[in-house]
Amino acid sequence: MRRLARIGAALLGVVGLLASAACSTPSQANDKRTIKIVYQKTDSFTALDKVFTDAKREFEAANAGVTVDLQPIQANDDDYGTKLALAQRSPDTAPDVFYEDTFKVRSDVDAGYLLKLDGQLATWDEWSKFNEGAKAAGRGDDGGIYAIPLGTDTRAIWYNKTVLQKAGIPLPWQPKTWDDILTAARKMKAAESGIVPFNMYAGKATGEGTVMQSFYELLYGTGSSLYSENDKKWVLGSKGFTDSLQFLKTLYDEKLAVTPAEALDSNVWKKVFGEWLPKGKMGATVEGSYTPSFWQKGGSYEWAGYAQDMAVAKFPTQFGQDPGGVSMSGGWTLAVGAKTKSPDLAFKFLTTAVNKKNALAFDVNNSQIAVRTDVASDPVYQAANPFVKDVSDLVAVTHYRPATADYPKISLAVQQATEAVITGKQSPAEAAAEYDASVKKLVGDAKVIQK
Amino acid sequence: MPVPDSPDRGSLRRWFRLLPVVPSILLLVLFMLAPVAWSFYASFTDAALSGRAALNPQWIGLDNYVRMLTDSVFPLSAWLTVVFVGASAILGQNALGLVIALLMTKSGGATASLVGTAVVAAWVLPEIVAAFAAYAYFSQDGTLNQLLGMFGVHGANWLYAFPLAAIILANVWRGTAFSMLVYRAALSQVPRDVSEAALMDGARGWQRLAFITLPIIRGSIATNLMLITLQTLAVFTLIWVMTAGGPSNASTTLPVLAYQEAFKLGDIGYGTAIASVLILIGMVFGTVYVRLFRRVNP
Repeated sequence: MRRLARIGAALLGVVGLLASAACSTPSQANDKRTIKIVYQKTDSFTALDKVFTDAKREFEAANAGVTVDLQPIQANDDDYGTKLALAQRSPDTAPDVFYEDTFKVRSDVDAGYLLKLDGQLATWDEWSKFNEGAKAAGRGDDGGIYAIPLGTDTRAIWYNKTVLQKAGIPLPWQPKTWDDILTAARKMKAAESGIVPFNMYAGKATGEGTVMQSFYELLYGTGSSLYSENDKKWVLGSKGFTDSLQFLKTLYDEKLAVTPAEALDSNVWKKVFGEWLPKGKMGATVEGSYTPSFWQKGGSYEWAGYAQDMAVAKFPTQFGQDPGGVSMSGGWTLAVGAKTKSPDLAFKFLTTAVNKKNALAFDVNNSQIAVRTDVASDPVYQAANPFVKDVSDLVAVTHYRPATADYPKISLAVQQATEAVITGKQSPAEAAAEYDASVKKLVGDAKVIQK
Repeated sequence: MPVPDSPDRGSLRRWFRLLPVVPSILLLVLFMLAPVAWSFYASFTDAALSGRAALNPQWIGLDNYVRMLTDSVFPLSAWLTVVFVGASAILGQNALGLVIALLMTKSGGATASLVGTAVVAAWVLPEIVAAFAAYAYFSQDGTLNQLLGMFGVHGANWLYAFPLAAIILANVWRGTAFSMLVYRAALSQVPRDVSEAALMDGARGWQRLAFITLPIIRGSIATNLMLITLQTLAVFTLIWVMTAGGPSNASTTLPVLAYQEAFKLGDIGYGTAIASVLILIGMVFGTVYVRLFRRVNP
């Protein structure tokens, strides 16, 4: 016992020493203010980095004594979200301004990570220049605005004209139903072996890409949906869900899409943009309006011929029912951290980052659909790439993800269902039944509705 | 620091002897024990990365543990973990390490050092490098399929068709060196005279191994098993890089599952509960080893 007591005393002594040492570190006089900016940067996504670098120069010149500390996180969307959320947990690491995915806004507002901006917005005259629909992306459940949109996007079929021509498909191609897609894909396969006729993502490896650029285009074209906004409940047991899985199964079983093994590689999209489409090894795929950003000058897979070789088609509804097309929209926002020590300075920096010049640069470099009306009408924006008009028109038939706090888990359950189907582990009906069961478990019986 | 009025020389000296280890104990408590304790605590809450639960985590008792029983992935994952540890550590690394060590004692210096270098090469690689090497070896267009291609064999996509076998082989490749080194050291301690006496009594090779050598190095076997089991239970990078737990959870061991739940889905509570179960499994293995091998060396 005495020995233990001595060890205890020794520990206490050391703690005391460490503590006194910690106290004696000179606390720096804080006349210089610093704001910390956290955002995503990857080898194929540098448009935002450029915007922030420019905004930093602009802002520091206009505000003497202020340092803008840029902290890019090098990670994919999923890991960026995780790292950001971890940084938010402590006031020491929480950012003052950060880049936030629209579908996480509501959930992160609930978590107390985002500062409500209503007060500041009232005195910011440029807010009226933002598209009304786009403003909703930053709205929390209480109706307040918590985030400012940077740009939005839509999804469409991107097809390689040369591949379709070889198969004798008349151009421009616009499938009217799901069957039209299958028919065209089979023709392409028959005309040229060794190509991927029509790819749609599936499985957990491509994450949100699987649902945004594949499954939801199918599901929302059946008349069904993931979530009923009226009832505020998740939709279970719909025929549309099973049909959508069946369509993916057909694509993969008939080898019209990539192989299941390729689909389950999280880097498959790099091959789609960097290899298969430019080399004419893929007929078509469903991808976002940001697609040209990979191919244009300075993009990660520069391809001068994309403007001539590629074309855009609307993704059709199941049987061609109204409105005749489907698209999905997401996009990213900028938000001010709720734990910031200088909210006004942070907001001021945010407005610099989304001013007309910077917003235009971001929308052009990243092939985003503009959310500022003055950017949308700018000739530079309209001439950014040959597909601006095509993808902007899809806003008319677009859908948004249900951005509730439960959404990320539901999305994973959907991805799981697609993976089970394309690998042949489950039939579409079995996978749909398992999806229903897991959603019930995730959100509880009270928050689901049978349709 | 309180110094006793009547200095007791002996205890004072002991007290000073302890002093050098105090910082390390403190660091261990701070950086090992505290996170483990926090993780254990968090497993009884609904702590999350986002949503309302991130702001005010609620105490939910055993809910996370009850959920494991109804979860379709958890039992599979626990089973995969046991298979992975059993096949790659206990059978693979341990047995292969012993065999190589035994063969090395029999073979000449040049062969032994050549084999030793080849085996240890995998072990000195940082885990992430070893993981990428294994990925490059087993992947669709990887080294293995290119080698097979030279003989006209069209290899499967190993990481997709046989994910568990691939990560087991990769872990055997990476970890065998450790067991080999432990057994090399242990075998060099086996007294020659005992072995020679058995030889005089007419014991065959395998009899000498089973009745003389193995019982003598029993302590080393126990230590080695304990260390490699705990190491293998915690393997994450290797699996994450090679298969990320897929396809369809076919290689999701518990560390991968815990990571997915905590950081991909933001459910810190459930993730830490899985991590706690992992610690429990490690303790079960540890207890079994201690009991198994204590009998002989009382």
